[in-house]
Amino acid sequence: MKVTVKDVEHIAGLSRLTIPESEMEKFTEQFNQILNYADILEKIDTEGIEPTPYVLPISNAFREDVPQPGVTHEEALENAPAVYNDGFKVPRVIE
Amino acid sequence: MDLYKLTAHELHDKLVSKEISSVELTENVYSRIDEVEDKVQAYVTLDKENAMAQAAKVDAKIAAGEAIAPLAGIPGAIKDNICTKGLLTTCSSKMLSNVVPIYDAHVIKKLRADDAIFTGKTNMDEFAMGSTTESSYFHKTYNPWNLERVPGGSSGGSAAAIAAGEAIWSLGSDTGGSIRQPASFNGCVGIKPTYGRVSRYGCVAFASSLDQIGPITRDVTDAALVLNTICGKDEHDSTSLPVDVPDFTKALRADVKGLRIGLPKEYYGEGVDPKVKAEIEKAVKTYESLGAEIVDVSLPHTEYAVITYYIIAPAEASANLARYDGVRYGFRAANATSAPEMTRLSRTEGFGPEVRRRIMLGTYVLSSGYYDAYYKKAMQVRTLIRRDFNEAFEKCDMLLTPTSPVVAYPVDGKMDPLSIYMLDVTTIPVNMAGLPGISIPCGFADGMPVGMQLIGKVLDEETVLRAAYTFEQATDFHKAMAPLGGNK
Amino acid sequence: MTNYITVIGLEVHAELKTKTKAFCSCSTEFGSLPNTHVCPVCLGMPGALPVLNKQVVEFAIRTGLALGCDIQKFNKFDRKNYFYPDLAKNYQISQFDQPICLGGHIDIEIDGVPKRLGITRIHMEEDAGKLNHSGATISTSDFSSVDYNRAGVPLLEIVSEPDMRSAEEARAYMEQLKAILEYIDVCDCKMQEGSLRCDANISIMPEGAKEFGTRAEIKNLNSFRALVRAIEYEVERQKAILEDGGHVVQETRTWDEANGVTLSMRSKEEAHDYRYFPEPDLVPVEIDDAWIERVRGELPELPAQRLERLVEKHGLPKYDASLIVATKAMADYFDAACANSKDDKAVSNWLLGDVSAYLNAENITIEQFPVKPENLGELVTLIKDGVLSSKLAKKVFAEMLKADKTPKQLVKELGLEQVSDEGAIAAIVDEVLAENPQSVADYKAGKDKAIGFLVGQVMKKSRGKANPGMVNKLLKEKMQ
Repeated sequence: MKVTVKDVEHIAGLSRLTIPESEMEKFTEQFNQILNYADILEKIDTEGIEPTPYVLPISNAFREDVPQPGVTHEEALENAPAVYNDGFKVPRVIE
Repeated sequence: MDLYKLTAHELHDKLVSKEISSVELTENVYSRIDEVEDKVQAYVTLDKENAMAQAAKVDAKIAAGEAIAPLAGIPGAIKDNICTKGLLTTCSSKMLSNVVPIYDAHVIKKLRADDAIFTGKTNMDEFAMGSTTESSYFHKTYNPWNLERVPGGSSGGSAAAIAAGEAIWSLGSDTGGSIRQPASFNGCVGIKPTYGRVSRYGCVAFASSLDQIGPITRDVTDAALVLNTICGKDEHDSTSLPVDVPDFTKALRADVKGLRIGLPKEYYGEGVDPKVKAEIEKAVKTYESLGAEIVDVSLPHTEYAVITYYIIAPAEASANLARYDGVRYGFRAANATSAPEMTRLSRTEGFGPEVRRRIMLGTYVLSSGYYDAYYKKAMQVRTLIRRDFNEAFEKCDMLLTPTSPVVAYPVDGKMDPLSIYMLDVTTIPVNMAGLPGISIPCGFADGMPVGMQLIGKVLDEETVLRAAYTFEQATDFHKAMAPLGGNK
Repeated sequence: MTNYITVIGLEVHAELKTKTKAFCSCSTEFGSLPNTHVCPVCLGMPGALPVLNKQVVEFAIRTGLALGCDIQKFNKFDRKNYFYPDLAKNYQISQFDQPICLGGHIDIEIDGVPKRLGITRIHMEEDAGKLNHSGATISTSDFSSVDYNRAGVPLLEIVSEPDMRSAEEARAYMEQLKAILEYIDVCDCKMQEGSLRCDANISIMPEGAKEFGTRAEIKNLNSFRALVRAIEYEVERQKAILEDGGHVVQETRTWDEANGVTLSMRSKEEAHDYRYFPEPDLVPVEIDDAWIERVRGELPELPAQRLERLVEKHGLPKYDASLIVATKAMADYFDAACANSKDDKAVSNWLLGDVSAYLNAENITIEQFPVKPENLGELVTLIKDGVLSSKLAKKVFAEMLKADKTPKQLVKELGLEQVSDEGAIAAIVDEVLAENPQSVADYKAGKDKAIGFLVGQVMKKSRGKANPGMVNKLLKEKMQ
């Protein structure tokens, strides 16, 4: 087992998700199945191989420092689940 | 007249010659939707009111003698992860089920500028994570060739809409095969352009380094027309390539003489359904008979592509989907006493199981202590996969493979996630290397369409379009209509 | 009792003075209605993508060069992942393992002893939005409201080496850094408004120890005073723990200005794991030598160069010059005043004397000072030319503070021109000599001090307008 239920809980915490207790066992099992499959990567020697974070051969895609109108205040809040004092209302920030 | 069966270029001619009106055409497509949508369920949202208004505008332009763009007045369907200002864009997720975008995606702006008509938004796997369109929060979509089967995915709605005559053209997005595989399952043409050809601005991100928007159409000419409209550098997307866009219709010449077509042996292995393989081999023979030169090539790192993809894509997705926190838009769980709890509950209730699984997988491979073993390693393997293609392209101009190892399979197949992931082996490497790939119909197996994939060099959509067009001219597969048979 | 050595490193966040945000074209203007300088990008709407503002790179290079850093040719951005309501995407676009600037230093001087403090790195990143709480503080608020106007404003994070050994050194580092950022015009440096923010990593170790002690990171230091007080408090806190045989906990603490203490910020949050990875929505930034050299060529005069100029060309004592140079606006005022004056040293004296006293009394900055620099220069020149006595000059200065008038105008209006007419002064001198025979006798008997009294009498009779030099000269001549 690569990851235990406890590990899954920790990852869920980092992801701001909860895995319901009823699904936990199956979830952990499928998670391990995928990670076990990843073991095939150990067969490849990648020593000295540059990673590819970008497939494009381009750099320096810049924007000039010229202000452009954004969206209106009303548009900004249009989809907001809750509004307070012209801002997006959220419950207390500290748990 | 069943206008909904025609291609965009045929309809354009009829509009220009005033044989038909856009209103008439759009009405015709909507009556087809009324007729079959219950069975197919390709759409999440329909927008008839705006579509009809837009059609009337195009008719007025034609009446006034104005020139119109090739897609003007022709109804197309938009995958529901492409932002349309004022029209729900849900990604088939509960999380975004109430979100009305405040801006248009770049491709939508371009299509609007050309007076294209949008029928509505098509169903997809939630956040484009899947290959069956079964993970949609709203409903499944069914394959018009056999309603007991999946339409593929994640752009299953966009492909099924074309096959069922519920739109003339459509847009999908492709991160690991999400345009090509459903195109193949539904007997359509689907292109994933070179990474950077089409702006991703306004396409809800799944895996940013892999995502690309592309068309799903009835024939290659229509695909070229849609490409002409949506390609090009966008100042709002740093990864859109600052290169000129050719007129892709100019590439549509029925001529493959001397074209070197590579067959990567790893794509013809034991995982490929023999019936699918047989159809592909017939297609190869067709090309040979048309004067193409067939070469055997090897892409040795293919077996690592799937797991590499299932590390990189979830890693990027884990960050891309972090913004769905219930603060600014979308689903917010009730009764939370703190912001962290509100976000945790909203995400847990707002995302389906597959999305949650991939976010967690991505979080894991990036987390402290695992980054090098998984994420960094995967990025290195990605380099090797790209090198494989570069080396193969020294021997050939284009690659030919099955689009999918299988034809569309039954709904509710109860496969475990990993087995489903493995079926993406033929499409994933193309995204990993940022190459253009097209799927076109090339036969049938068990009564279901088989698609072949043509893979080109970076920015060489023209060669794959020419080869696809040549095959299409020599065959009739693209003319077959889905029977809407079977009981779902 | 053990002697402890204090070790301090500073992490400074400087908001860049760009017109638009780092990754979208929204205005960076401050203090507008919440959520008015926003767009799909900085609101983190689905599908929106960042595009880098070139000016951010330009400012980062300029800062790096001014601080003696190596500018890195290859740059990329990374995503720093953490959930917080003011972070629209729930990741911050930042630079992780390849910052734009490496190395560098700031030179300080305390009591004439110079010290060079190292800079580890500088990287580019974006700011978060702002939370407005329903209650007085975050912990007493049932709910909060998020304003994304500040979200995406470009920041430079400037990280020092742990080279500082006292609150005084930390303060000097911050002052010098602030001056440099002001001189190169990349940051407003308003600590109270948050455009320059400082976190301090503080640890102590027994004298002679080889390894640093466990550090605490102190946040919310939004003034020099807060920085100094927080360090002094924290050092004492840590000493007390060690003296008690305890261990300092590595943690983040916040400075409570009202109570003058640092407080632990530990919460139920899971340990931070930022899961940095390369930002796939942006392409790399490549900086070539030509770019670096162009920026180098355009670098304005830095505080150290200015100090040298004030000493060498304007003849100021080093200490005075350093006080003027510390604030760019003050140094600019000095230069502008000198352009209209014949006595630079006197300009400096005025600035450090009466002008500073006025600023302190009114609690304003030199930018808000009502007297134009050319007028202060003119005032100094009037004294130098003997038109005004120092005493009368103060009178004029007091009037200049009230109304925007030139000293010459005021001298005329107040009838204060100095009398330098020898005949007129001689007449008064004669009068005074006649009226004060005892003082004359004293002077002649060798009591030099007596002349002071006589000068005073002449000045009194002339109502202060007689040229004191001339009075002195005439008195001496006539008492020969």
